[in-house]
Amino acid sequence: MSDELIARVAGVIAKTQKIPLESVTIDKSFEELKIDSLDGINLLFALEGEFDIDIPDDAARGIRTVRDMVEGVEKLLAAKAEAAKSPQ
Amino acid sequence: MTHRVAVTGIGAISAFGFTYKDLWDGVAAGKSAIRPLTLIPPGAVRFPNAAEVPDYDPLRHFEEKEAQMLDRFAQFAAVAAREAIRTSGIEFSPGLGERTAIVLGCSGGGKSTEDDGFHHLYALKEPRVSPLTIARAMSNAGASRVSFEYGITGPVFTVSTACSSANHSIGQAFRMVRSGEVEVAIAGGSEAPLSVGFLKAWEAMRVVAPDTCRPFSLDRRGLILGEGAAVLVLEPLERAQARGAAVLGEIAGFGMSSDAHHITQPSALGAARAIRAALTDAELAPEAIGYVNAHGTGTLANDATETEAIKSVFGAHAGKLLVSSTKSMHGHALGAAGALEAAATLGALRCGLIPPTANFTAADPACDLDVVPNTPRLAQIEFAISNSFAFGGLNAVMVFRKSD
Repeated sequence: MSDELIARVAGVIAKTQKIPLESVTIDKSFEELKIDSLDGINLLFALEGEFDIDIPDDAARGIRTVRDMVEGVEKLLAAKAEAAKSPQ
Repeated sequence: MTHRVAVTGIGAISAFGFTYKDLWDGVAAGKSAIRPLTLIPPGAVRFPNAAEVPDYDPLRHFEEKEAQMLDRFAQFAAVAAREAIRTSGIEFSPGLGERTAIVLGCSGGGKSTEDDGFHHLYALKEPRVSPLTIARAMSNAGASRVSFEYGITGPVFTVSTACSSANHSIGQAFRMVRSGEVEVAIAGGSEAPLSVGFLKAWEAMRVVAPDTCRPFSLDRRGLILGEGAAVLVLEPLERAQARGAAVLGEIAGFGMSSDAHHITQPSALGAARAIRAALTDAELAPEAIGYVNAHGTGTLANDATETEAIKSVFGAHAGKLLVSSTKSMHGHALGAAGALEAAATLGALRCGLIPPTANFTAADPACDLDVVPNTPRLAQIEFAISNSFAFGGLNAVMVFRKSD
């Protein structure tokens, strides 16, 4: 989990939630950040745009913390890089 | 003087076909009408299935020029209303037309009409949209169409409260008939939400199941959108009896509440208040209810919250209730949902047969009610409720009674 990735995800969360960037730290839960279910969906939408990825509904379901979100994005970015490497 | 309110006509168009019989036969058999989406290009949205009205040809129901004036949702309203009125045997003279109300729910209005207009505007870069766009897309187009066909000149309006639209509509109509404000009411809901633009919005909400609708199941993954309409004809019981009409059931009560809580998260407190209000309106103790046609969307949040609400209202009696979600079969038809479910509930009381919750796989401890899994159940029941709980926290609950 690179610092750069954490910073980008935190940036999206801060911007979407209209909260100070400093408040979005890796160990914060969505509950602590007052991110409810609809906010969560809105965040996923923003992250899909930021990283040009598709976040499947099932992958999105268990996300409860900033760490979950960064790890999820990291996995999807890795899968995307892998897909780009393979022929076709 | 207040009246007992009889249902003397029922019409429906749904994923099961073009009549109420098609709908009832389908849900009574526990068959699911959820199938692959055909109304939009394949792959346009993540979820492949919906409960579409199959092989619908407007020209079987309308002259070509009329069909052009009417969005699919308004056509559905007219098709269901015609069947309901035909069944009731009521002939509308100008005098009766003036003493008749129409209240039809609709959540989204003419979504396909709007989508098509925007496609021409933004994608095809055309400078104009059809001049019929407004008249086709307005949510009251269905109610208005029915008023023209039958010369209904009394109170005619549309209620739009998302997934509670039809119950709110039937409830208003019920109260107008009960109080004597009108002599007859035509009430229900219609919806045709399966346009690309609107489905993309549902996709973004992440509440639509990728497979099918499994209300109250442990592995439920969301709702399945549906379309269609159902319409009831209501009149005072003594009027129905005096003219020798077949009484298909009664509406015994109606209750409403607002969660005042969250725009999408449901609240058990709000739902429970609507159920209690409906029971109070019907002057019934909770123990009088035998069947609950649940809102039962198949989302994680709804089904657990609805279970909590039912248990809080019914207490120990909750364990004796039969609770099923017919959305597992006819899909979630939004502004038509409560109307299709009213039609299903009236059928259940009349036939002594409870439609099941279809596609059920495994019990969820958070939904520990008798949800009549997969197999229809024989049960003679006098009173049933039908729940609708909308986004926006708006709840509307009907109480139905088996006819004497």
